[in-house]
Formats: sequence, structure tokens, C-alpha cells
Amino acid sequence: MSAEAHNEHAVTHDDHHGDDHADGHDHGTYRSYLIGFALSVVLTAIPFWLVMAGVLAPQLTGLIITGFAVVQIVVHMIFFLHMNHRSEGGWNMLALIFTLVIVVIAVAGSVWVMYHLNTNMMPTHNMQGMG
Amino acid sequence: MSHAPTLNPEYVDETGRPIFHPAEEPHHPEGHSTMLGFWMYLMSDCLIFAILFAVYAVLGGNYAAGPSPKDLFDLPLVAVNTSMLLFSSITYGFAMLAMYRNRVAQTQAWLAITGLFGLCFLGIELYEFAHMIHLGATPQRSGFLSAFYILVGTHGLHVTFGCIWLVTLMVQVAQKGLIPANRRRLMCLSLFWHFLDVIWIGVFTFVYLFGMLR
Repeated sequence: MSAEAHNEHAVTHDDHHGDDHADGHDHGTYRSYLIGFALSVVLTAIPFWLVMAGVLAPQLTGLIITGFAVVQIVVHMIFFLHMNHRSEGGWNMLALIFTLVIVVIAVAGSVWVMYHLNTNMMPTHNMQGMG
Repeated sequence: MSHAPTLNPEYVDETGRPIFHPAEEPHHPEGHSTMLGFWMYLMSDCLIFAILFAVYAVLGGNYAAGPSPKDLFDLPLVAVNTSMLLFSSITYGFAMLAMYRNRVAQTQAWLAITGLFGLCFLGIELYEFAHMIHLGATPQRSGFLSAFYILVGTHGLHVTFGCIWLVTLMVQVAQKGLIPANRRRLMCLSLFWHFLDVIWIGVFTFVYLFGMLR
């Protein structure tokens, strides 16, 4: 909501940059870049600190840093890549969603299949007898 | 700002009804679809990285009795490297803001700073690779190391080409100024550069930080 307000402000502020991106392109302001940067620093520093200080159990740390990575990717998408539902008439967002679906299928599918393959193919403990 | 899709006026007749078979090719301004096309390229690049992440997820635990992440990774160095890429992201953002204000010298200055951060990132990464290879952790040592080098190396190669592209654009801006074509190119590189930072979030989280948790 506030990002849109900044954008309106920016458009009215410098309207002399031609009409070559008059298609709803959101290009941010110093303020929005600095907000994105500050959020990124915090979202990077906390996972590094959690792992380097080892304050929590590894499984819990893993879950938390995964969450921080997802949030930071969203922050970058909004403040640096200026993603919104109306850039390029919504096609950017549609392409992104489609890509994310493929990414999830490829990564989760690979991990799932290979995990079961590893488990089921695990040799019994007396390999010597098979020589 | 309206949310309802508006039809291209060249596809509408006098009564406002859509024309499904226009007699002539409608006029498209030069470069009007470049940003969308470049976004499509980035999405396909994203799929390449997704496959490399999947490979790392599958092979990342196969040490073949060789070194493990805990023996090799130096988290303070990775944190410095991450900050280089993050700084370069915001300085590129400032270059774009200077471009929108038509300040050529300011744009060039921020682009140069961005390039320096990019080169620092590459230098630190090459130092890390050289150090690992010196310890005997070469790409052919284990499945984990093969997957590590191909994933991190592909990202580094992208940053390398981003730096080459950045220098090329600085030369073009110096020669032609901030003409519409150069603005478009700078906007494409902006997407590319920020996209690489997004990929790096995945790398430092799932390769380096998770490596130390194993």
C-alpha cells in the first residue's frame, strides 16, 4: 500500500523521463531501495548469526533460516525487482507463478524420489559376502 | 490504474467492439516488449538454477569419505561475500534512479561502484575456490563437491557476464548518452543483477548455512 503511494509520488516528482515506460512500470525511490536494503541486511544477518552462534537445535535453525530466505526473496522481488500484479499487464506475475510451480515440482520431486531411492537401495551391511 | 484490462485502441472499431481480424499489423513502438521478453529469459534462467539446486539437494550429502561442508566453508567470508552482492544491488538501484532523473555522470558513477562490488564478489569467490582446491577439495573429489562447484560456479559465471555487460553499457552510455535504447538495456541489466542477488539468497541459505548445520 505504502509502496504504491511512494510510486505515485515518484511519478509526479520526475515526469520528464519520457514515455518509454508508461506501462505501469514501478521503478522505486531512494526510500523504497533503502527500505529494501535495510530489510535484506536484517534478514541476512539473523540467519548467519543463528548458524554461527549455534543458539538453537539444528532442525529448528534449518526451518527458521528457510523462512528467512523465503521472506528475503519476497523483499527483493518487491523492492528491487519491482514486481507487482500489474507490471507488463500481469504477464510478469503469471510467468513468475508458472516458473515457481515448475521449480517446486523439479526440486521437491527430485529430493523426494532420490530420498526414497537412497533408502530402498541402501545395501545390507554385509557387502563382503556379495563379492 | 484501472484493473480492468483495456483493449488496444487499434483492435477496436468505431462502436467500441473488438476487431478480431485487423486488416493491418498494429503499430508497436520499438522495444515495447523487451522487458517482458527479458523477464521470460530470467524465468528460464531460474529453471536452470532450480535444476542445479535439485542436484545439490540430492548429491550434497555424498562426501565419498572426503571433506564435508564443515571442513571447507568459512562463514565469515561468505557473509562478506553476501554483503558485497547486497551493496551492489542497492548501488545499481541508485544508478537506475539517477537514470530516471537524466543524470548521466551520476548514473555512470553508481554503475562503476556496482561493478567494483561485483568484482569484489568474484574475487572473494575465486579466492574461496582456490583455497578449497588447494586443500584437495576439487570438483572431481565427491558428488557433494561436483554439485557445489557447478551450482556456485554457474552463479559466479552469471555475475562475471553481468560485469562484462555492465562495462559494455557504461561505454555505450558514455558514447550515446541516456537514449531510450540505453535506458532499456540498463533496465534489463537491472533485472539481471537483482535476479542474481535473489539466487544468491538461495545459495547462501541452502548451500553454506545448511552445510554448517548438517
